[in-house]
This record gives sequence, C-alpha cells and structure tokens, in this order.
Amino acid sequence: MAYFQKEIETASREQITEWQNQRLAATVKRVYDNVPLYRERMDAAGVKPEDIKTIEDLTKLPYTSKQDLRDTYPYGMFAAPMEDVVRLHASSGTTGKQIVVGYTRHDLDVWGEICARQLVAVGATKKDKIHVSYGYGLFTGGLGLHGGAEKLGCVSIPVSSGNTERQLTIMEDFGSDVLCCTPSYAMYLGESAEKKGLDTSKLPLRAGIFGAEPWTEEMRQSIEKSLNIKAYDIYGLTEIMGPGVSYECECQQGMHVNEDHFIIEIINPETGEHMPDGEKGEIVFSCITKEAFPLLRFRTKDIGTVTHEKCACGRTFVRMSKPMGRTDDMLIIRGVNVFPSQIETVLLQMDQSPNYQIIVDRVGVLDTLEVQVELTEDKFSDTVAEIAKVEKDLTEKLKSLLGIAAKVKLVAPGTIARSEGKAKRVIDKRKK
Amino acid sequence: MFMKQLSVFVENKQGALAKVMALLSDNGINMRAVSIADTQDFGILRVIVKEVDKAKDILKSNNVIVSVTEVVGVELADTPGALSKVMAVLDEGNINLEYVYAFVTPGKAESAYMVVRAGDNAKATAVLNAAGIHTLTQEDLEAML
Ligand SMILES: [Zn+2]
Repeated sequence: MAYFQKEIETASREQITEWQNQRLAATVKRVYDNVPLYRERMDAAGVKPEDIKTIEDLTKLPYTSKQDLRDTYPYGMFAAPMEDVVRLHASSGTTGKQIVVGYTRHDLDVWGEICARQLVAVGATKKDKIHVSYGYGLFTGGLGLHGGAEKLGCVSIPVSSGNTERQLTIMEDFGSDVLCCTPSYAMYLGESAEKKGLDTSKLPLRAGIFGAEPWTEEMRQSIEKSLNIKAYDIYGLTEIMGPGVSYECECQQGMHVNEDHFIIEIINPETGEHMPDGEKGEIVFSCITKEAFPLLRFRTKDIGTVTHEKCACGRTFVRMSKPMGRTDDMLIIRGVNVFPSQIETVLLQMDQSPNYQIIVDRVGVLDTLEVQVELTEDKFSDTVAEIAKVEKDLTEKLKSLLGIAAKVKLVAPGTIARSEGKAKRVIDKRKK
Repeated sequence: MFMKQLSVFVENKQGALAKVMALLSDNGINMRAVSIADTQDFGILRVIVKEVDKAKDILKSNNVIVSVTEVVGVELADTPGALSKVMAVLDEGNINLEYVYAFVTPGKAESAYMVVRAGDNAKATAVLNAAGIHTLTQEDLEAML
C-alpha cells in the first residue's frame, strides 16, 4: 500500500478529532472576524467563536447555502485580504448566477496535497505521466488535478478538454499512464478509440480518476473495459476546494474524505438531524484549514451516505458514497422518496437508452409515475409481444428498486425534449 | 427466398403514424400493403414496398425506428376457399403464426396475396410449397410491383 502522507492518511480517530477540534475553532474565529455574513448569523444565534471548542459544537453553527454565495457575490465570503489571494476559480452556474472562490498560496498547497493523495491512492508514482483532460480555466477540474500531479512530482500533461482525436494521439505517443477527466468523456474516449481501431490494451494507460459529474457503477465497468484501466472516483466541489475533497483508494469502496481539512456531516435535509452510518442524507461540508474561502456547514444538496468502517487500504478517513442524487431532484411520490438517478441506474442495468423522462402527475388523490424511455433500434422487435415484454421487465425492475409502481412507456428516439443537449428529466405536473 | 417487409415503431399518439406515411410518400415510395398492430401505447406498422432499402434509409435518417423483417408471401388462387386452404395447410404443418395480412396489386387483379410471418418461415414455405401453394420471393415481388 502506498500513501502520499501516511501519518495523516492513517492517523488514529483520536488524532483526527484533535486536528478537527483545533482547526474548526481557528476557522470559526477567522470567519467571525472577516466575513460579515458569518458574524451576523452567529451574533443572531447568540454563538461566540469561543463557544466552538470541539466538533461536538459544530451544530451550533449556521449553515451556508449556495444562495448565500450568490447574495455575497463576488467577494463577500472571502476571509483573507486580496493581497494574500493568489488565484480565483468560478463555477459556471448552470442554474443561476456564477459564484467565485479564492485561494491563498497555502490553500493551493493543501489542494495540491489532497490531489496528490488521490494520485498515490490509485497507484501513481513520480515516474508517471498524468494526462489531464479536465478543462483548464475557471473550472477547478484541470488545474486541481494538475496541481496534484506537480505536488507529487509526476509528469503532468495539461491536455485540457476537447479534440478527442488529439487526446488519443497524445495518449498513444506520449504514453499517458493516468487519465483525469469526467466519466462521460472517458466513455467517449473509449468509444472513439474503438472506432479508430486503437487497441487500448497496448497503451501504458492503467488508471483513471473521474469526477465532476454523477456516474454509475455500470459506467465504471464500461470505462474499465473500453480503456483497459481501473477507474476511480474523485469528489469535490468548487465551493469547498475543487476536486480532491474526497478520494477513492484501490479498494473502490467509497471515497475517503480528507478529514484533516474538511468535516463531513450527513443530515436529514428537512430536520437537520444527523444520519447514522449507511443512511442517506444531504452531504454537508465545513472547511477547517482554508484561508481565502472557508465555508462552514455548506449544504451541498448532494445526497449520500458515510461509513466509519475500517477500509482495507489502511486509510482511516471516513468514506462517503458516490452522491446518489440531489436534494433538489428528490421526488416524493406516494410518500416514497424517488431520485431520478435510481431510475437511470435501472435503465443502464437493463441496457436501455439513457434518454428518459419522468412524468409525475396526480389522478384524484393518487400520485402517478410514468417513465418514458426512448426505444433503441436493437431493442425493437417486429412483434408487439416482444416490445411489451421489454416494458414489462422494466416495470418490474423499477418497482423492485423504487418500492412503488411506475408505468413504463417506450417512445420514439428524439422525442424527449432536450435543451442545450441535456434532456429535461423530470416533469412534475402536480406543481401547478 | 422470403419477401421483405418494413417494420416500423409508431408511438400511439396523434401525428406519429402520419409522419411515417408522409416520409414515405414525399419520397415517392408507394406502399403496397399496410398493416398495423397496436397496443394502448405503441404500434408496429408493417409495410410492403418495392424499394425496401431506400425506404429504410429515409425512415432511419428521420429518427424513426425501423427494421426489415423477412416474411412469407403467399399467392392466393382466385378460387373460393383459397384462404382457408392456406390456413389449413399451415395448421396441419404445425406452423405458429405471428401475424397474417392480405394485399392485392393493381396489375394483377385476379390474384390476392397474403403476408405471413411464421415462427419458422422456412418451414412454413416448405409446407405451403408441398401443398402446391406458390410463395413469393422478394424478386417476384419487385418484378410484380
Ligand atoms: Zn480505502
């Protein structure tokens, strides 16, 4: 087993708690002194920085929402003076105003270290060439992993995104060892390699670090097969740091949260109560070493679980699951929580088109759930009975996974409306 | 040895069938026989045309799901009871039928034809031929249309 920082990554729980206690207290003082929004909220709640002594006191602190970042845009949440800030990144804000975050020199060092931990955890060494196909720029993906590669002393190849043909040529000619990009792009690279007749088993490429968008276990298997690599998951978000907030080890059983820099909580999104290990809830992060942009109890709106169970890799940081959905996306249908991502998983398992739409309606007092799936040519049959069987199999599988009945309707390709290439997944007709 | 038929997926909603029909006729494809099997949600349109490949390409490039299915074309003699004879022969031969429909062609007013999709098309053809019933190949069909 290789670690980038063994003493930290395998520290005892007591040691981790001690770090967290000290660092949380220091961060709270920092934001109270420097960020008006936190000072106002803490004052309103009657909480003084000196009241926060241990992580047990965390729940006394206010939450931070994405809206808070928009309201204080651009620099209202910065806790360091601009002379100490050395870089800005921004999140594109697909559903609203963009937000901007800052980093001090120390923040960038920390970011490099946590990305280096990820690289080592997937088996990378200084000799390896790290092919970074995340976009470089305001997006944190490219420069984040790039920083990790440089921190570890690898050969970084800053290819950035796009130009698939060139990506493959570089992979082949430069001999890339580890690929970093979004999982959907990795799928696309695999398909393109096959189309081009490039035998991926002949490439040195052996591991991939994929994140920045939701992906499934099925996608992992498909990428591992098509690119002939091991595919690992990385989690992060611009508001907290960028990629590397948590990282998957060779065990591929969840992502270790870098607990020396971040505190994770899993809460019931409605009541705020903490969820026990293994139970789903909203993921909340607090930064405890950040200087320029330290957020407290940031509501990610991602739904996931954590486990404190020992990992076979020897790392002692808690592991979080892949996010299973968004609190925004959660549908309550006949009293049952349903996430579009669950439906997508079923479709992928059943080898169906990922183009689907969920239509929720109410007939009388009863909620109805219809899942429309675009039929693909290979699933089309000349007889009604066979197509009806495809519908029936999907219906049964959905029922067993969701716990409620859904009506499956196969539709012609291209009929599910797309805007900017993205299909509108949910139509909730109950909201009127 | 078989005839070819276009099988087209059509959603059971307004305009879906009309779209497919318009695509074919706007491109000068004449439909010689048409049959529809449908459920509440969707239907399968089955069409006999002369230019099978051209029709398929047109539909495909317009995002319509289409496949070419092999079917048995049966020539019915212009005598009373011809249809029931065919059915009896198939039944005696233990042939499972997926579907059956009929068509006529303008040039050959004296003959009627049947399209048969059997569980085993080859066996169906053999049974019919053995009983002296003529079956059509795609070439026969194209020559006739
Ligand atoms: Zn591990």
